[in-house]
Amino acid sequence: MGRRAPILREPLNVIALTLIAAFAICALLAPLLAPYDPLAQTLSARLEPPSAEHWLGTDSLGRDIASRLLYGARISLVVGVVVVALAGVFGTIVGLVAGYAGGIADEGLMRLTEVFLAFPPLILAMAIAGALGPSLTNAIIAIAAVTWAVYARLARGQLLSLRRREYVEAARSIGASPARILARHLLPNAIAPLLIQASFDMGAAIIAAAGLSFIGFGAQPPTPEWGVMISEGRNFISTQPWLSLFPGLAILFAVGAFNVLGDGLRDVLDPRLRRAG
Amino acid sequence: MRFLGYLIRRIVGIAAVMIGVSVITFAISHVIPTDPAAAALGDHATDEQIAAFRAEYRLDRPLVEQYVTYATGILHGDLGRSIRTRRAVVDDLVDSFPATLELSFTALLVAMLVGVPAGVWSALYRGRPPDLIVRLLALAGGSIPVFWLGLIVIGLGYYQLGWFPGGGRIDTFVQPPPPRTGLYVVDSVIAGDLDALRSSLLHLVLPALTLGYFSTAVIARMTRSSMLEVLGQDYMRTARAKGLRERVIVVRHALRNALIPTVTIIGLTFGSLLSGAVLTETIFSWPGLGRYATASAVSLDFPAVLGVTLLAAVVYPLANLVVDVAYYWLDPRIQHG
Repeated sequence: MGRRAPILREPLNVIALTLIAAFAICALLAPLLAPYDPLAQTLSARLEPPSAEHWLGTDSLGRDIASRLLYGARISLVVGVVVVALAGVFGTIVGLVAGYAGGIADEGLMRLTEVFLAFPPLILAMAIAGALGPSLTNAIIAIAAVTWAVYARLARGQLLSLRRREYVEAARSIGASPARILARHLLPNAIAPLLIQASFDMGAAIIAAAGLSFIGFGAQPPTPEWGVMISEGRNFISTQPWLSLFPGLAILFAVGAFNVLGDGLRDVLDPRLRRAG
Repeated sequence: MRFLGYLIRRIVGIAAVMIGVSVITFAISHVIPTDPAAAALGDHATDEQIAAFRAEYRLDRPLVEQYVTYATGILHGDLGRSIRTRRAVVDDLVDSFPATLELSFTALLVAMLVGVPAGVWSALYRGRPPDLIVRLLALAGGSIPVFWLGLIVIGLGYYQLGWFPGGGRIDTFVQPPPPRTGLYVVDSVIAGDLDALRSSLLHLVLPALTLGYFSTAVIARMTRSSMLEVLGQDYMRTARAKGLRERVIVVRHALRNALIPTVTIIGLTFGSLLSGAVLTETIFSWPGLGRYATASAVSLDFPAVLGVTLLAAVVYPLANLVVDVAYYWLDPRIQHG
């Protein structure tokens, strides 16, 4: 195995990275890969089972499910990336500021994260999405709002354990500004657990957005979002199960891949947290 | 005494968090861009009706005053009146809570009864097929959308096999047992009503399996990794050297110690159970808090949504407190600082 990157030594990680790459390619190249327009209705070809013409069948409006799945990958990838970026950046800044400032600011900000962590995530996200009005954008905001607190706590914990290190003292002694110390010395060293969390949250955000869309608080029909597609197939589960089956499998594989990647990153980046086995 | 001090500090902390929680739920309800009064009364409401409605629900008062009214109400057990059901939110919550409790508790029971042995089995067969199967199933459990799993389970268990009912708490032709605890299974036993017991147990199977899968996966993973850690300890070698039977070694020496981190995880999965209940109850037409929350949010019934959110945010930290206390009893070496 010699020179291979540590994360590639575990076969499951290779499968996960391949799936994530495939997922990203589907998302980026959906217009080129999709055999049909994801919104085009062909009423003469409604509820057709998987065939050579329609690989994954058609839905109740005669739309090609494979094409809708490909475009759905786009939406899910954007949801994951935007949620993690919003929550990760905001939470990390809050955590770094709290850890660096200490005192009352630290106390207050940490109590705030506790408040956010007290809510079961989906219930709070549903309340926020319901309040903002049902749309994919609002679902993303709602999910980011229930996700950031974890990053704040992680970043603060890392900072507190790092701030007394000699290289930080050294930087301070040569007159580096607090902002420079945070950005150049502390953040790069604190990033490992944040990256691991980000990988898990990509998956969690995709599931949460699909769940919100499923109950009507996220993407709206006819958007080819995976949760919307499962919801649209709900009444056909006994007769045409493929309508819901395939988008569900897509979510399962995408989220599973990010979860495996998260485990893999943890094993490689943070030996202290390494799970036995 | 030290433990008592810790307990008091924790309870004060939870109370402080609750104030923050109520501020946030309240704030959420007031960024509603759509007018809740118009939503409740419909498109044909006159301006006078809307004004009267706003006055009745105090929607016309300044925000601070609305919050003070709300917070004072909470302390007196008054969560306002649901716009949708036109009943006191507290009464609605009291009515739907037992259904959620029964479902979550059954799901957790399934998760423990399946997850712990699966984790032990996986650890004992580390690297071999049983381990691989358990690890894959656990991975799937952490990645599967619960609402999709619910649909698949209904498709199989109800439509294909016809073994289990596809929704609700009890058959429509079976009289629900007289309410004592609100838990149909327990109430059926108390009433000695076998028909109701059978029907309510059958109705629990599919939703509890659906809701419990995620927790099962988490518990199995945790049990596996802590078993592996314990199996490598010196006292395990000593137990083997003493010539103890494998069964005794696994159950008495290994599992007992391995269960400590598992107990913590069970507390942490409680929040995901409540989140999962929202979707599971919606799929299975289960008349609990989750379905109540969804239906209320759809109709912009914010006193009701606030009530559920608040209750959930109280239950979650309390569940974690209970777990911490259990943890303390299991392992007195832990000192709470």
